[in-house]
Amino acid sequence: MASTTPVDIPPAPPAPRQRPKSAGRAGDKVFLGLSRGSGILLLVIMASIAVFLSYRAALALADNEGNFFTTFDWNPAGDPPVFGIAVLLFGTVISSIIAMAIAVPIAVGIALFISHYAPRRLASPLAYVVDLLAAVPSIIYGIWGALVLVPYLEGLNLWLDQFFGWTYLFEKTEVGVARSLFTVGILLAIMILPIVTSVSREVFLQVPKMNEEAALALGATRWEVIRLSVLPFGRSGVISASMLGLGRALGETMAVATVLSPSFLISFHVLNPGGGTFAQNIAAKFDEADQFGRDALIASGLVLFVLTLLVNGAARLIIARRKEYSGANA
Amino acid sequence: MAKRIDIGGLTAYYGSHKAIEDISMTVEPRSVTAFIGPSGCGKSTFLRTLNRMHEVTPGGRVEGKVLLDDENLYGPGVDPVTVRRTVGMVFQRPNPFPTMSIFDNVAAGLRLNGSYRKNQLAEIVEKSLRGANLWNEVKDRLNKPGSGLSGGQQQRLCIARAIAVEPQVLLMDEPCSALDPISTLAIEDLIGELKERFTIVIVTHNMQQAARVSDRTAFFNLSAVGKPGRLIEIDETERIFSNPSVQATEDYISGRFG
Repeated sequence: MASTTPVDIPPAPPAPRQRPKSAGRAGDKVFLGLSRGSGILLLVIMASIAVFLSYRAALALADNEGNFFTTFDWNPAGDPPVFGIAVLLFGTVISSIIAMAIAVPIAVGIALFISHYAPRRLASPLAYVVDLLAAVPSIIYGIWGALVLVPYLEGLNLWLDQFFGWTYLFEKTEVGVARSLFTVGILLAIMILPIVTSVSREVFLQVPKMNEEAALALGATRWEVIRLSVLPFGRSGVISASMLGLGRALGETMAVATVLSPSFLISFHVLNPGGGTFAQNIAAKFDEADQFGRDALIASGLVLFVLTLLVNGAARLIIARRKEYSGANA
Repeated sequence: MAKRIDIGGLTAYYGSHKAIEDISMTVEPRSVTAFIGPSGCGKSTFLRTLNRMHEVTPGGRVEGKVLLDDENLYGPGVDPVTVRRTVGMVFQRPNPFPTMSIFDNVAAGLRLNGSYRKNQLAEIVEKSLRGANLWNEVKDRLNKPGSGLSGGQQQRLCIARAIAVEPQVLLMDEPCSALDPISTLAIEDLIGELKERFTIVIVTHNMQQAARVSDRTAFFNLSAVGKPGRLIEIDETERIFSNPSVQATEDYISGRFG
């Protein structure tokens, strides 16, 4: 540090010293420009998407004769044009909730097994297999869901109907194959399992050894170590992992479009075929829609965009509120 | 509540590496025994064999026996979890549970051991915090996270957590090495009080500390890097620091090596 003042520089070596210095500054400037540019570019992209969606959506909404939020219909080509997102919002949220309810406990279990229970020889191949699940294209999941999951789930649906039909949720009032929101939820659960698992696993592996030893030294069993030190430390990580998964579940298109038999009905009988999601509806209708129809679909896309933003915002809020306890300052 | 520890022929390994070899000694109840020696001599490893924490490290295993008032901690059918409930430990760096409040930190061990009524729990927590000379500093913020305390306070919180379950023995692995001199002094005073109730074993790099707090001192050394650590001698602290019977001890204490 002291040698940067000119007084300290001996007469002989100034030339070689100055060159790396100025090159370093130029490098700094280039790097600063690049990183600042990337940051700005990101904001510009986000803003332009939002502007594009809002503008096209506004065009469609101006001529919509139905209430955009409460109409159970999607008929922008009709006269008068009527379309609403009630069914789509319901289907998207319900199928994502089902997916989360199934995927998050399993993912946390797998992550804990890999990080704290499995012998090392088993842990890394297992982690690799879970990551492989993420590499399967979603259309493959869709085909597998339609050809394998749907027929196989019929038995499960009957069983659920028989023993849990009293919950209303699992009452199957309509005959038909299992092209239901419940099936979509299961499929989505499989699809978000790898991301939730691998993020949770990373967090669990980062638990400081001294935290785990604190529990061990008190005479904690393996499960108690996990309960006392691993889960509290990993909590915010698991929340953000789940939100990442939720983001994917909300926006998933091809797999849902392949499995679901869409209808414009809202029903809490999740085993009944029918329902719809934002992404599935856009994928199914975009090709045959005219200009106005596409604007209407974009309006629904805007709602999905806002929904995803809200979910991410909520996740950040939860994490921030836990910061005092997060262990980062320990 | 304090028990005597008899260690016989204890050898500990990390995988195939022998870390300490053939250590035998007796630790007297209601006294402070200090372990000193150069880095890598296995004093921390040895300490961790006394509550079966050594085997938590992958590849860690132990031969020999550790008798806690005639009960072998390494006997067949002895559950290490039970051992750790009788032999408490305080670590080099303060490690309160970061997500827990001060109260919950102290109560953590009690809650593992069984169920307590609310007021009973509060009573023990207060007693433990008083025992760790921390009560007056934290009594108004028991529900705040333990990680918000200073380093020295956190370490005393860890001591409170360890003594809350009334262990027979308290092991301390360089408990002051991450603390400033004032906090160190507070912990040393505390050790002097705690030895009335517990058998205390402390590993320290600070020879003045060993001289200040301990009744007996054990000196460990290793013949060369990569060779297992051995117990050179154990004696009254006063004797070790004035007139040790082994030359190597005197060399180490007078600063000629280590």
